[in-house]
Amino acid sequence: MHPAFSVIFLTTLIGAGQGMFMALVTGQVYSMANLLEAQDNVRFYAMGSLMALVLLGGGLVAAVFHLGKPSYFFTRAWRGVTQWRTSWLSRELIALPAFMLAVFLYGLVHYLGWTGPLFVIKGVIPVDASLIIGTLGVIMAVVLYVCTAMIYASLRFLQEWHSPLTVANFIFFGLASGFTLTAAFSAWSGVGLVGFYGTWAVVFTIVAAITRGFSMLRNSRIKHKSDMRSALGIRHPKITQCSMGFMGGSFNTREYFHGKSPATLEAVRLFFLICVFALPVALLAASNAMQSEYLPILAFVVQYLGLLAERWYFFAEAKHPQNLYYQTVG
Amino acid sequence: MTQLALVIDLNVCVGCHACVTSCKEWNTSGWAGPMVDQRPYDADPTGTFFNRVQTFEVGEYPNTETVHFPKSCLHCEEPPCVPVCPTGASYKREDNGVVLVDYDKCIGCKYCSWACPYGVRELDEMQKVMKKCTLCIDRITDQTKPESERKPACVLACPTSARLFGDVHDPDSEASVAIRERGGYQLMPEWGTNPANHYLPRRKTRIQIFEDELERADNPLDKEHPLPAASGDTLDDVSF
Repeated sequence: MHPAFSVIFLTTLIGAGQGMFMALVTGQVYSMANLLEAQDNVRFYAMGSLMALVLLGGGLVAAVFHLGKPSYFFTRAWRGVTQWRTSWLSRELIALPAFMLAVFLYGLVHYLGWTGPLFVIKGVIPVDASLIIGTLGVIMAVVLYVCTAMIYASLRFLQEWHSPLTVANFIFFGLASGFTLTAAFSAWSGVGLVGFYGTWAVVFTIVAAITRGFSMLRNSRIKHKSDMRSALGIRHPKITQCSMGFMGGSFNTREYFHGKSPATLEAVRLFFLICVFALPVALLAASNAMQSEYLPILAFVVQYLGLLAERWYFFAEAKHPQNLYYQTVG
Repeated sequence: MTQLALVIDLNVCVGCHACVTSCKEWNTSGWAGPMVDQRPYDADPTGTFFNRVQTFEVGEYPNTETVHFPKSCLHCEEPPCVPVCPTGASYKREDNGVVLVDYDKCIGCKYCSWACPYGVRELDEMQKVMKKCTLCIDRITDQTKPESERKPACVLACPTSARLFGDVHDPDSEASVAIRERGGYQLMPEWGTNPANHYLPRRKTRIQIFEDELERADNPLDKEHPLPAASGDTLDDVSF
């Protein structure tokens, strides 16, 4: 498949935004249980929610450029919520704004300081508005991860994507980048949670490395169900194309081929393996040792660049069966 | 239920591309138009087409065969492109099974084209909406035309009658009979899309004759070989 930068930015930005929101709520739950020190409503939770919202909004802007014309966002995109019974893309178009609303409300409640307990469960767990919205938001974040990933994983003849590993990868890459970003945010705003978020970021990065490793292994051994025989219905092992019917290219040659050499693909893979997994873990470990406020930020930047490459590779490694019909210009 | 479809006979297709040009000619000015071209007279011409003819070589020299292969939307009975559409722009007509796109609802997200294993959907570069073969819906449903012209442009243009058009759910239609009697098959059956369009295979007529059927061992006119000498009793020696 031809990697589209609109979708690459959309999936990586909202993935990190969802991860960051889940990190904020995790921190709140930990501090409720007195495992972490409580943080400032405005400076930490409201600002953090704003950052997550900026990432999600950035993803939305990127998505607009995936439409045929950006103007379709205003004139036609509303129809995108109508087919949620059958289309994962439609489900994502519902889940994304709903989740953004939850993040906005979570930030707003913290900003306005409406964090007095509404009621107390069994005399020990004080429940306030932010906890309710936060819990609902976390569920919505998970739903959004699944919707985004299922857009790809549900296409059965794109066999490289058609696997539960695709869903796992989207979730753990999002969590890894989101927790790394929250560690960076904590370091920058002088909050003593760098170690907490950094540890979780490393854990999620390692889990993502395992699931992505399995999916790369799976894809390297994949046996494609379609071949020239089934594409043409001619029972012969040797079928070569003389002509695809045109010479100047078409949508078929532009949309489904990445057009890069195997060496480029290998270089991109090496780049993302280093930048997504190895370097951020090393940088987070180093920041833990040196108490640096810049290293977690660097870790996030490096990991995000790596994730852009990873998502590019994700598209490039998927081989669409229609390519069987477009082998020879002539 | 009616399921209109094409049946393409690979045995008689000569690869002349008349179906390609007649398709573009009809549809660019019809319901699905315009089908715009970019740089049509320059080095890198491209444009929207609903139908293509491709050419393949089967086998290894000297035992090769050239196959011309027309390719357009197969109007699947289980179209994978329809349920993935987020806006409902992609649909399959209830009354005749033709898969169509509502160009006023399409947002050009291209997801349906990813979901088609055959690669028969194209994003129109001018309108920025997804387009595909309509089976000349504006022509086959036009009651003002005589019955003989209510057929897709490609079918009417084909000089060798390699394209049959009809209802593949009606067992007595020309299309169904051709599929049944001439080995009609579907493309990529492994995905369960159940394409309505069928292809008829290349056929060769061979008579099976064995050597001894051509040459009599005891041919009395054979000058080259002596007649087999009689040894032992022959039929003449038997007394009744």
